[in-house]
Amino acid sequence: MLEYIQILGQEIYRILFLLVPILVSVAMVVWLDRRVWGLVQKRKGPNVVGPFGLFQTLADALKYIFKEIIIPASANKVIFILAPIITMTLALVAWAVIPMSEEFVLSDINVGILYLFAVSSLGVYGIIMGGWASNSKYPFLGAIRSAAQMVSYEVSIGIIIINVLLCVGSLNLKDIVLAQKDLWFVIPLFPMFVVFFISALAETNRPPFDLPEAEAELVAGYQTEYSGMMYAMFWLGEYANILLMCAMGSILFLGGWLPIIDIYPLNLAPSPIWMILKILFLFFLFALIKAIVPRYRYDQLMKLGWKIFLPFSLVYLVLTASFLFYFDKLPKGNF
Amino acid sequence: MNFSRIFKTIFLVEFIFGLYLAIRELFRKSKTINYPFEKGPISPRMRGEHALRRYPNGEERCIACKLCEAVCPAQAITIESTERADGSRKTTKYDIDMLKCIYCGLCQESCPVDAIVQGPNFEFATETREELYYNKEKLLANGDRWESVLAKNIKLDKPYR
Repeated sequence: MLEYIQILGQEIYRILFLLVPILVSVAMVVWLDRRVWGLVQKRKGPNVVGPFGLFQTLADALKYIFKEIIIPASANKVIFILAPIITMTLALVAWAVIPMSEEFVLSDINVGILYLFAVSSLGVYGIIMGGWASNSKYPFLGAIRSAAQMVSYEVSIGIIIINVLLCVGSLNLKDIVLAQKDLWFVIPLFPMFVVFFISALAETNRPPFDLPEAEAELVAGYQTEYSGMMYAMFWLGEYANILLMCAMGSILFLGGWLPIIDIYPLNLAPSPIWMILKILFLFFLFALIKAIVPRYRYDQLMKLGWKIFLPFSLVYLVLTASFLFYFDKLPKGNF
Repeated sequence: MNFSRIFKTIFLVEFIFGLYLAIRELFRKSKTINYPFEKGPISPRMRGEHALRRYPNGEERCIACKLCEAVCPAQAITIESTERADGSRKTTKYDIDMLKCIYCGLCQESCPVDAIVQGPNFEFATETREELYYNKEKLLANGDRWESVLAKNIKLDKPYR
C-alpha cells in the first residue's frame, strides 16, 4: 500500500514538475506576445507590472480569478462549464510526450507523434462545445468556423508529419529528434516546414487565420459569452496550444534539443535550453506575424487549406518517398 | 496571373518583406509614451479645467460682469453678484457645471480681466457627478493651485491675441 502511495506521489511530483513550468511559461509567453506586438506597432506594450512588465499576465490572471463567472440563462450549463476545462486540459495533456532532452520526458511512448496529433485534434471539441453551449449567435458562428478551419488544416499537418516520419522510420519523438543529428529536417524539407508553420497558425487560430474569434465581425467568437476564470482558461489553453505547436515544429524540423552545431562551446549548454530557445524562436515568429498580417476571408482560408496546402504536401510526400527509395536512404527501422 | 505575381505568391515575397519590416520597426523607438508617468507636451492654449484667478494682493479678479455667463453656449455658468461695502461689484455665486461645459474657451475669451481661465489640467475625473458641479471655492482653489502655470500661459499667448 505504502509503495503505491509512494509511486503515486512520485508521479504527481513529476507531472507538477512539468506542468508548473509550462503554466508559468504560458504566462511569460503571453507577455512576450503582447510586447512584441506592441513594439512592432511602435507602442510600448505592457511594461508597468514588474520588471519590463513581466508580471502583467499574473496580474491579469488575478483579475480574472476575482471576476464573476456569468452563465447565460439559455446556455447548457454542464457543457458550457466543461468547454474551457476541456480546452485547457487537452492543451496541457499533450505536453506529456514532448521530450525536452534525451532523459527529460514525462512519458516516452512509442507512438508519441500520433498521441500528439490526436490530442491536438481533440482541441477543437472544447471550442465547438463552448460555442454551441453558449446558445448565442456569435459563439455559434465562431465555433462553426473554427471547426471547419481546424479540421481542414489538420489534414495537411498530418501529411507533413508523414513526410518527416518517412525520413525517420519511427513514431517516437525522441527517435525523430535523434534522426536529425546530422541534418535538421528543416533543410531537406524546407517547403514542408513553411507549410507546417502556416498550418500551425491556422490550427491555433492565430492571425491571419483568427476567423473563429474575428473581433470585427464576431465580437470574440466562441468566447463571447465567457467571463472570469472560464475565459482565462480558454485563453490559457490557446496559448498552451500555441507553445505546443512551436514545440512540435522544433521537434519535427528544428532538431529538438540538439544544439545548432555539435561543437565544443555549443554542446555544453544543457539540452532543454536549446529546446526552449527553438520554441521561443518559433513563438517569436508567431508573435511577429500577428502584428503584420490582415485576416483571411473565409473562402480564402478554405482555398488555401484544401486547394494549395493539401495537394502541395501530397506531391512533396511522393517526392520525398521517391527520393528516399531511389537513393536507398529509407530508414532501417523495425518495420 | 502574370509570372511575377505567381513568383511572389509562391515564395511569399510580400510576406517575408513584411517580416523584415516588422523586425526593423521592433528595434526603433516607439511613438507612444508611458502616460501616467510621462506626459506629452501641452499647448499654452490648452482648454482644460477652469480656474478663477486672483490679483497678487489676494483680491478676486472677477468683477461679475456676467459676460462669460452670457457667452456660454452650453449655459453651464451661473453667476450671482452683490455690491460690497467698498462699492465694488463682486460675485456671491460662481458655479460651473463641468458636465454641461463643452470646453470651447469662450468664457476666457470674453473675460475682460482674465479672471476665468481654462488651465492645462485635464485629469479631473471624479467618481460622482456631484463632484463636477464646481462652485466658487473650488474654482478659486484651482486658480491658487495653477496660478504660476496660468500666468505663464497667458503671457506666452499674449502676442497672438
